[in-house]
Parts: sequence; C-alpha cells; structure tokens
Amino acid sequence: MKIAVCLKRVPDMDVRFKIAPSGTAVDEAGLKFDISDFDGYAVEAALQIKEKLNAGEVVVISLGGDVVQETLRKAMSMGADRAVQLKHDAAVVDSYAIASALAAELTNGGYDLIMFGRMSIDTAHGATGAIVGEQLGLPCVNAISKLEFDGRTAKMRRELEGAYELVECALPAVVTIDEGIARPRYPSLKGIMAAKKKPLETKPAQLPAPRLALDALALPPERAAGRIIGEGAAAVPELVRLLKEEAKVL
Amino acid sequence: MTTNVLAFAETRGGDLRRAALEAVTAARAIADARGGQVHAVLFGAPGIGAHAAALGAHGADAVLVVEHAAFAQNNPEAVSATLAARMGAGYGAFVCAASATGKDLAPRVAAKLQVPLASDVTALTVKGDAITVTHPGYTGKILQTMTLTASPAVVSVRPGAYLPVANAKAGAVETLAPAGDPAASRVKVTETAAGNAAKLDLGEAPVIISGGRGLKEAANFSLVEALAAAFGNAAVGATRAVTDDGWRPHADQIGQTGRLVSPDLYVACGISGAIQHLAGMRTSKCIVAINKDKDAPIFKAADYGIVGDVLEILPVLTDAVKQAKAAG
Ligand SMILES: Cc1cc2nc3c(=O)[nH]c(=O)nc-3n(C[C@H](O)[C@H](O)[C@H](O)COP(=O)(O)OP(=O)(O)OC[C@H]3O[C@@H](n4cnc5c(N)ncnc54)[C@H](O)[C@@H]3O)c2cc1C
Ligand SMILES: Nc1ncnc2c1ncn2[C@@H]1O[C@H](COP(=O)(O)O)[C@@H](O)[C@H]1O
Repeated sequence: MKIAVCLKRVPDMDVRFKIAPSGTAVDEAGLKFDISDFDGYAVEAALQIKEKLNAGEVVVISLGGDVVQETLRKAMSMGADRAVQLKHDAAVVDSYAIASALAAELTNGGYDLIMFGRMSIDTAHGATGAIVGEQLGLPCVNAISKLEFDGRTAKMRRELEGAYELVECALPAVVTIDEGIARPRYPSLKGIMAAKKKPLETKPAQLPAPRLALDALALPPERAAGRIIGEGAAAVPELVRLLKEEAKVL
Repeated sequence: MTTNVLAFAETRGGDLRRAALEAVTAARAIADARGGQVHAVLFGAPGIGAHAAALGAHGADAVLVVEHAAFAQNNPEAVSATLAARMGAGYGAFVCAASATGKDLAPRVAAKLQVPLASDVTALTVKGDAITVTHPGYTGKILQTMTLTASPAVVSVRPGAYLPVANAKAGAVETLAPAGDPAASRVKVTETAAGNAAKLDLGEAPVIISGGRGLKEAANFSLVEALAAAFGNAAVGATRAVTDDGWRPHADQIGQTGRLVSPDLYVACGISGAIQHLAGMRTSKCIVAINKDKDAPIFKAADYGIVGDVLEILPVLTDAVKQAKAAG
C-alpha cells in the first residue's frame, strides 16, 4: 500500500506564548517545534499499516520553509521512506490555499491512502484533509480513531459527541486521524542514522492567492485571578452562596 | 452582495440538536447585518420535517426539508453535495456548528464552492462583503482574528458561542430534493452507537462536572454522577488520565484531544489543570476547582477554588446543591 502523510511543523504548546511585534505572528524565540500531534499519530498509523502488510511505502509531505526539513527527517527517523517539502517561506493561514498546494502534489502520486491530522494544533482549522479529499475527488472520512482493512475496503470508527459511528469506504481514500489510533513511537538511534540517507525532495509550493487573511493575534483576556474560598467541606456553603448570588449559575 | 444565509440544522437519530439552533442564531447575526433571510436546511429520514417549527421559532425565515431514508445516518457526501448545490441559489454565507458533524461538512462545502472557510469561530462581525471572525488557536492560548474575503463565506461556529434564542420568524417550509442519489454515497456509515441516550450531551449541558485522577478510582465517579444529578442539568466529563485508564469512556474526555466545551458552570474535581485539559474548558463561564494541592494549576484557571479532599467535599456539595435547588 502506498501511503502519503501530510504533516505540519508546529511549536510546542506547553509555554506562555508572546506575540511578535508584527502583531500577526507568534514570537518564535525559544520555542521548540515538532510534528503536530495528530499528524504524529497519522505517521505512526501509516507505519503500522506498512509493517503489518510488510510491503508498501510511506511518503511524508510538508508545506513550509526549509525548517520543515527537520520535521520531515524526524518522520523518516520514525520509519517513513521518503519526504517531499513543498517550499513556501511565508506563513499561510488559509487552509484552502494549503490544501490546494498539497492536492497538486498528491494528485498523480498513485497513493492508496492519504492521511492528515484531524486538525493542526496551532492554527486548528481542521479543514485541510477534507478539502484535499474533495479536490482529488476521493472519498474522505474525518477524525477516525480506528482503521482496519478488508481487502480494498477501509473500515473506520469516528467519535461523535457522546456516540461513535462505524464507517466504510473503498480505497483510494483520504482520512484524517484523531487521537486513539496509535501512540507515535520514538525514533531509534538506528532510525535517526537511516533517516539522514533517505530522499528528501524540495519543490516550490503552488499556492493560490489566499482569501482568508490573518488580521491580528491576541492573547485571550486574563481571567481574573481565581479565589480560593476555603479549605475542605467547611467551604461548601460559601461556594454555594457565590454560585447563586455572584455567578448566578445555581 | 447576496444577503441570505444558509444554516445547517443538525440532527442525530431523528432529534434536532442544539447545534442546529446555534447555527441558525449565528446565521441570523450575518443576515441581520445585511438585511437578508436565514434559510435552515434539515436533513433526515422521512418525518424529519416535523422539526421545522422549532427552527422557525429560533430565527429561520424558511426551512428547507430534505427527506430520504439514506439520511437516517450521517451521509457527508450527499449532505455536502446538496448544501453546495443549494448555495448556488444565491447565498452570501453558509453556517454550521463546529460539532463533529459540522466540522466534517464545512470543509467539504467550502471545497465544492472553491472558497476558504473559517472554522470553529467564537465571534463574527460583518463588514460589507467581508466577514471577520475570532478563532481560538494554539490550544486556546491565542485568539486569531481573520477576515474572509471570498464570497460566499463558509463558517463553523464553536458550540456555546451562539446560544439559541427565541426569535419567531415565518419558518416557511419548503421541500428540497437531494443532489444526486443519497443511497449511492461512497462513504457509508454502517452503525451509529449512541452513548447513553438518556445522558445529557457534554456539548449541550449548561453544567459539567468533571473528574480527574484525584478521584482515586473509577467507582468514585459515582460522587461526580451524584453532583451532576443534584444539578439536574449537568453532564459528566473527565480528563485524559481517567479515560486512558478506562475509568470513563473516551467520549467523555475534555481537552485538546477531546471535547471542547463552554458550559455556564464547570466543576473540576481532582483535576490538576494540565494545559491540554484547560484547552477544552477554559472558555467556560464559571469554573470551580476542588483539589487537595493548593498549588495545582487548575486554581489559576478557576473562578472559585476549594482546597481539600474531593472525596470528602463532593457529598457535602451535592447535599448543598440539592437544598439550594429545593429552595428555588
Ligand atoms: C498530546 C496530548 C494530548 C492530551 N490531551 C488531553 C485532553 O484532551 N484532555 C485531558 O484532560 N488531558 C490531555 N492530556 C493529558 C494531560 O497532559 C494531563 O496528563 C491530564 O489532563 C491529567 O489528568 P488529571 O488532572 O486527571 O490527573 P493528574 O495530573 O494526575 O492530576 C490529579 C490531581 O488530583 C489532585 N488530587 C489527588 N488526590 C486528591 C484528592 N483526594 N482530593 C482532591 N484532589 C486530589 C492532585 O493534586 C492532582 O492535581 C494530553 C496530553 C498530551 C501529551
Ligand atoms: N503546511 C502543511 N504542510 C503539510 N500538511 C499540512 C500543513 N498544514 C496542515 N496540514 C495537514 O492538514 C491537517 C489539518 O490542518 P488544519 O486544517 O490546519 O487544522 C494537519 O493535521 C496536517 O495533516
């Protein structure tokens, strides 16, 4: 099975972000970057499929500046066979534009399965995979937490709010990966060495003009510092009073 | 400029979801700014049209009913094709809720219309032809303000951001034919398993009582359930630590990789307040934390905190809430 995984380079979220003087970018000083969470699950799921079938190829694709090469190498050190960088230096927020460039690369790739994260962890649109599916005219299933094959039929599970559904479609198909499918492995030393020799091709990204513009970034309003109203069960009456009279939620 | 707005009226298992009314409310905001109408589209098995009145009562000028046996289950290919075809009748915007179903549909509709979309927005303002939205990114740590310049605009709104409001409009019912054959979709839902049908959904509950590892063991979730029952309008949520350990189903997980919720009241019981958890609930209107560690990060996100043993405090709180409810 030939599998493509589209992955995005994103900053580690476990920090206090600062906004760059431009007002439209995050200050990247001191930030650590890695594969976006759901894309990491997708890479792992793709590798497990290849290992199980003992055949096929896993190709990782990322759109961005040369910094994404490091992200692609990481995926190859996990086990992906080769990588494609769609080079584009400026940041893009328009998922439609990104999807169009990815679709142009994917369209003649002969992939049986094209995988995305359910959403990128930074811009969090949750849109790119499904747009690519439409643009390629392929069946698409979003936010799957399980994936199995019965011949050329993919059988999947999607989590809904308080429910789930079982879904099927024929390959080739586009899927976006939710948590739960697989925990990404850590690259082994051997994998890291091997990744240095794996092919990484760089091509210019073909982006249409974006029609979704980023005006500004802002930090959310600080919540008024919380109040510790007391210790133990003795504080319950005061809590109930505040919920009733101040917050008016009881 | 096309002033009318098409809203997706989400249903599940034949029931109208709150997401449907939220989509109509957000669509109303756009239509009112432009002097246009809101048309709600209702998909389902024959009989689903019975929900048209509720949509009219919450702001729909017209309700387009698309009935077909193949709409008894989610059918994203046929639904998005029908929505995109209907958009051709002349709409300035398409709005749905950013629920699991809405997030699945919006990009498909946008791609068919060849326009970008704004996902999971918490606020929107109309400026002539353009729509400016606020969208929380970076696990809720950064608010992105973005402007959609393409027309029509495709927007999904975060559950809880546009609460349903009574707003009686004509709600004139019209039948709409599906685009293509809904039974021929390539993506087939073979089974939908409801969680507990009697349970209030996390996305719709005004109050959420959530438990973390501080509850010590799965059986102690009965204390969380009891507090939820005392409120009467509450659902039970959990942290990933708890769903990973199988104490609660994955569907109950709140956070970056679980549900994003914004209830009026969120009670965090024995939850440390990891950023991945906060990402899913920090927009709640009022947050209460109960934790034995006074330095737990959850207290920074909370409006009110009690330091102490959650196993001891929960039964007392449950009784007090029952009394407060009984007193009216
Ligand atoms: C990629 C990724 C995604 C993630 N996504 C999510 C997500 O969507 N949702 C999520 O919740 N987490 C998520 N996590 C996990 C998250 O980082 C935390 O590990 C998790 O939220 C911790 O759960 P907890 O608060 O129940 O447990 P803990 O962190 O173990 O906290 C337990 C708390 O209970 C308190 N406590 C203990 N005993 C008592 C007592 N008797 N009375 C009162 N308090 C007590 C302790 O002081 C402590 O603060 C994610 C992590 C990663 C890496
Ligand atoms: N710049 C990019 N390069 C490659 N893949 C991307 C890029 N941006 C988004 N994706 C893919 O699209 C998914 C959804 O992203 P988004 O629609 O931005 O939430 C991600 O999880 C990735 O799989």
